[in-house]
Amino acid sequence: MTVNADVEIENYTINFGPQHPAAHGVLRLVLEMDGEVIDRVDPHIGLLHRGTEKLIEYKSYLQAVPYFDRLDYVSPMNQEQAFAIAVERLLGIEPPPRAKYIRMLFCELTRILNHIMNIASYAMDVGAMTPFLWTFEEREKLMEFYDAVSGARMHAAYIRPGGVSMDMPAGLPERIMTWANQFPKIIDDMEGLLTENRIFKQRVVDIGRVTADEAVAWGFTGPNLRASGIAWDLRKAQPYDGYEDMDFDIAIGKNGDCYDRYLVRVVEMRQSIRIIKQCLEKMPTGPVRVNDRKIMSPPRAEMKSSMEALIHHFKLYTEGYKVPAGEVYAAVEAPKGEFGVYVVADGTNRPYRCRIRAPGFVHLQGMDFMLRGHMLPDVPAVLGSIDIVFGEVDR
Amino acid sequence: MTTTPETLETLRELGRYIASALPSAVLSTEVKGGELSVRVHRSAITRMITCLRDDSNCQFTQLIDICGVDYPDKEERFEIVYHLLSMKQNHRVRVRLTANEASPVPSLSAVFPCANWFEREVWDMYGVFFSDHPDLRRILTDYGFDGHPLRKDFPLTGYVEMRYDEDQKRVIYEPVTLTQDFRNFDFLSPWEGLRTALPGDEKAMTGKA
Repeated sequence: MTVNADVEIENYTINFGPQHPAAHGVLRLVLEMDGEVIDRVDPHIGLLHRGTEKLIEYKSYLQAVPYFDRLDYVSPMNQEQAFAIAVERLLGIEPPPRAKYIRMLFCELTRILNHIMNIASYAMDVGAMTPFLWTFEEREKLMEFYDAVSGARMHAAYIRPGGVSMDMPAGLPERIMTWANQFPKIIDDMEGLLTENRIFKQRVVDIGRVTADEAVAWGFTGPNLRASGIAWDLRKAQPYDGYEDMDFDIAIGKNGDCYDRYLVRVVEMRQSIRIIKQCLEKMPTGPVRVNDRKIMSPPRAEMKSSMEALIHHFKLYTEGYKVPAGEVYAAVEAPKGEFGVYVVADGTNRPYRCRIRAPGFVHLQGMDFMLRGHMLPDVPAVLGSIDIVFGEVDR
Repeated sequence: MTTTPETLETLRELGRYIASALPSAVLSTEVKGGELSVRVHRSAITRMITCLRDDSNCQFTQLIDICGVDYPDKEERFEIVYHLLSMKQNHRVRVRLTANEASPVPSLSAVFPCANWFEREVWDMYGVFFSDHPDLRRILTDYGFDGHPLRKDFPLTGYVEMRYDEDQKRVIYEPVTLTQDFRNFDFLSPWEGLRTALPGDEKAMTGKA
């Protein structure tokens, strides 16, 4: 038998997804393979496209809030906050101090909610089952806090233009404090399983390296940018909602690989605990909604006795409020990166255009350059490390 | 981010600087609501963004977003809005230009690699063509989708709906059937716009009979 040395091995393409447990939703990756090595990655997205931006154009400003919960469904409140800040800036109003602190408190809880989800599922993608089981217990507790303030475990619609929908119930701050005191132990346990784990490190160290220049040019934000060594955090650089009063540090990585992105998230969770404790300690008293009946509805008790309050309530929940013509871009440091909302108002009760700048969309675009030259099993590692949720990528 | 008079003045200064750096490209600059907007010629966008990125006074090294806005009544109906961020100076800038279906916008993908998907999305949603784009395919809509959904004249419900057909054993597309008419309420109250002045009141205001 002779072996023909001139046989040409053509590159072949394989489909990763659209239904793959490590695709974190519905992602179809078309991988061009040279043997086991990846030549080119072409992500096909949009399988979860719901036309959120179009729908918001047909809704009043208050009706638009729940759509933001459904974008990145593991970190709902941070996105509500971005929209609330945008509309507040257009209206020229400022939420009361207590509302700002409650927002910060819940946005940091959300950051932990997001990061434990990401790290745990990421660890599972590369082969570790236990962190997933441990941290989901904590997610459950966090969602109980959501439940306590808003009545919903995930899609809270709690942060609204002009403040938050209602004050925290009695006893909740103490419960959150108790939780915040025991949570670092869970992070330690999880780190004990992962940080120095040989198998985990073999899968993620030096995989998907992104230099600082690449990260900036490709529009990376949030933990993915910081892992490449750039100390940029909107909470520090362009503080919103009272982050200027908070004492916390920014975690940065050195190598910009998958391992650093994991480590940055772990440190961020510890910093979030610091912010949560400061919020609880410094929590001001007072109202949680702006005292403007043309923007936020009156309390239910007042409606029982005041005709004017009843009319205001009726008008706000049918017509909604009008927002003066103008445009604004408001960005917050969401757990995944810079989440921005660009609202164009035309003076009516509906946004003329509401553009949603989702961090995941930009990060997913980087898959191509991050994966070139890597092996097929590195795909879930890189995908998990950049923290993708398709609700916000596809919108 | 709080806007103080100083930050506003810095933004105005930056706006004047950008206008003087590329006088042929810039149509107007304005600072409104604490944000700097620059309106540029469509053909000069690549030059403009490259200058904003590389100029030592600007250093807008990050392209945050590209999006479209549709104004069907205008002659050039689409506005393409670019948001840039300078991490060194801690500023943001908004650059905008106008285009229509027939006028291609120069692609930025050679300046910022992340512009690739943003431009694909604008193409998908608005049908604005980007010249010299390496890979201008649709991105978010379905394979074989027809139309540009974020245009104001595209109906919210779309034109086709999809279901799995048991007889043909495949997914089929059909025209949208609505079980009730699409309800688009006009909530704008006529009373809010009513002026209390009646015809003839202006005579009393001026004091002349």
